[in-house]
Amino acid sequence: MRPNSLTDCTVAELRTLLDNRELSAKDLTRAYLDRISDVEGVLHSYLTVTEEIALTQAEEADSRMAQGEKGPLLGVPMALKDLLSTKGIETTCGSRMLAGYRPPYDATAYRKLRDAGAVLLGKLNMDEFAMGSSTENSAFGVTANPWDSSTVPGGSSGGSAAAVAAGETAFTLGSDTGGSVRQPASLCGVVGMKPTYGRVSRFGLIAFASSLDQIGPFTRTVEDCANVLSVISGHDPLDSTSAPVPVPDFSEVLSADLRGVRVGVPAEYFVEGVEPGVESAVRAAIERLRELGAEIVDVSLPSTGYALSTYYIIAPAEVSSNLSRYDGVRYGYRTTEGNDLIDTYLRTRDQGFGPEVKRRVMLGTYALSAGYYDAYYVKAQKVRTLIKQEFDRAFEKCDVIVTPTSPSVAFPLGSRTQDPLSMYLADLFTIPANMAGIPGISVPCGFSDGLPVGLQLLGRAFDEAGVLRVAHAYERSCDWHTRRPEPTAASGA
Amino acid sequence: MELTSEEVQHIAMLARIGLTPEEVETLRSQLSGILAHVNQLNELDTEAIPPTAQVVALSNVFAADEVRPSFPPEEMLANAPDREGNSFKVKAVLGYET
Repeated sequence: MRPNSLTDCTVAELRTLLDNRELSAKDLTRAYLDRISDVEGVLHSYLTVTEEIALTQAEEADSRMAQGEKGPLLGVPMALKDLLSTKGIETTCGSRMLAGYRPPYDATAYRKLRDAGAVLLGKLNMDEFAMGSSTENSAFGVTANPWDSSTVPGGSSGGSAAAVAAGETAFTLGSDTGGSVRQPASLCGVVGMKPTYGRVSRFGLIAFASSLDQIGPFTRTVEDCANVLSVISGHDPLDSTSAPVPVPDFSEVLSADLRGVRVGVPAEYFVEGVEPGVESAVRAAIERLRELGAEIVDVSLPSTGYALSTYYIIAPAEVSSNLSRYDGVRYGYRTTEGNDLIDTYLRTRDQGFGPEVKRRVMLGTYALSAGYYDAYYVKAQKVRTLIKQEFDRAFEKCDVIVTPTSPSVAFPLGSRTQDPLSMYLADLFTIPANMAGIPGISVPCGFSDGLPVGLQLLGRAFDEAGVLRVAHAYERSCDWHTRRPEPTAASGA
Repeated sequence: MELTSEEVQHIAMLARIGLTPEEVETLRSQLSGILAHVNQLNELDTEAIPPTAQVVALSNVFAADEVRPSFPPEEMLANAPDREGNSFKVKAVLGYET
């Protein structure tokens, strides 16, 4: 623990300092750049630090503020997971395949943040093509958890979570296909939200599994999350899966009072395999929600235990299709050793992709291949229907559902890399929300063995407001979100 | 269920990933383990359940058929591993057996 400094502030606190002219966006940006150079040697959250761009954007924000412009994110420094396209700025997806790739256009989420005046500090480390739960699958080195640098930050948006936890930026964006925002948020002790499928445009998000991928924010508080979400949400004609539904000002729905709110607790998420320290922190948080006026009700989601298997058919199937574009022709890596066209494809993809990506492309190709399509892919799509129907029924009895975000706290670096199934289990409790397309958030709810525990709240499709309201009321009632780690090198490392 | 090395090599060819013999053996074992796990789905009776491909209540999203500016060739070719003029350059496509 260390005393709070400028780079520990919430976006809301920074807003006050900027609006009162106690601080310029440029000085704030410099403070974050200093913080980055102080801790990156231990953490490695960033793949690219865009120092010059950040200082230029900060100057622009300062002149917009000088002209009287207001806005929740104007002049606030942020960073993006390295799968969000940034025009002219290297975007690698954590893969050797895209080393040196400079997108010709901006992702819509980044464009909206730029229009709002947020300042880009850089691009953040991630598991290759967002496949993984520890950020150890990055082709460019691991990221350490700021709470204990011998443990993982979670994944796949590990850099996005670690950077917020360590004060290397005010907020970040990640992406969540099976838990890749919520699980690292839980392991790093920050707030992370996966909005409803269709809420945030995915134009310029490099695709992983298109029926599941969704962009979401990492912040220090629920209020900050609400403000970032309000900016990045909304229909976009460039993404045909983005939903033409109105976007409320999410910061206006926050309230400390939970009277009349029904909170569902599914027994299927409190099972063997959940660490005792995680379960007791989550149980205590549920009691707190009751004290705040919520009605606690039992709900049942019987297919929960099948969600992981469903995911490991559907996501790889979509991967095998989406990643067929990496052929070394139009962009990305190409081998110099190919004897002919096919040989060039084979070597390019063998050399350009890492082990987890190959595993999933292979698994998906198998599940979609002749003779296995019905047994695997169609079967998984049917179970997906069951999972969605069970959430629909549960939300007749309650307004939000509360669970642990992850069955465990941050695990040691290297402890699960040899056994893919043990790594996949890290996403056991986050995958169902992606299957059903519903919104979910992870908020800090305590510590176990000195490492953060996350509380997951799930809501009905497009009811981010309901989820944020309960998360905010919980957060106001405790001080977990005010704790800050001081990253130091692992002893003996 | 156990995959054979031949099956792994067949899938790798379909996926256009050239694997070393060591990779084939590692993937044979790992994919067999994952498939054994996902086969638990057969415990569920899904005979009467329709499949879900995606969860948005949208279908047939159309865009207006109008001319818009497109990217200049130089920007589209900027990331190409190899080019010739305004074209992506690749190995010969025609004239050999696959």
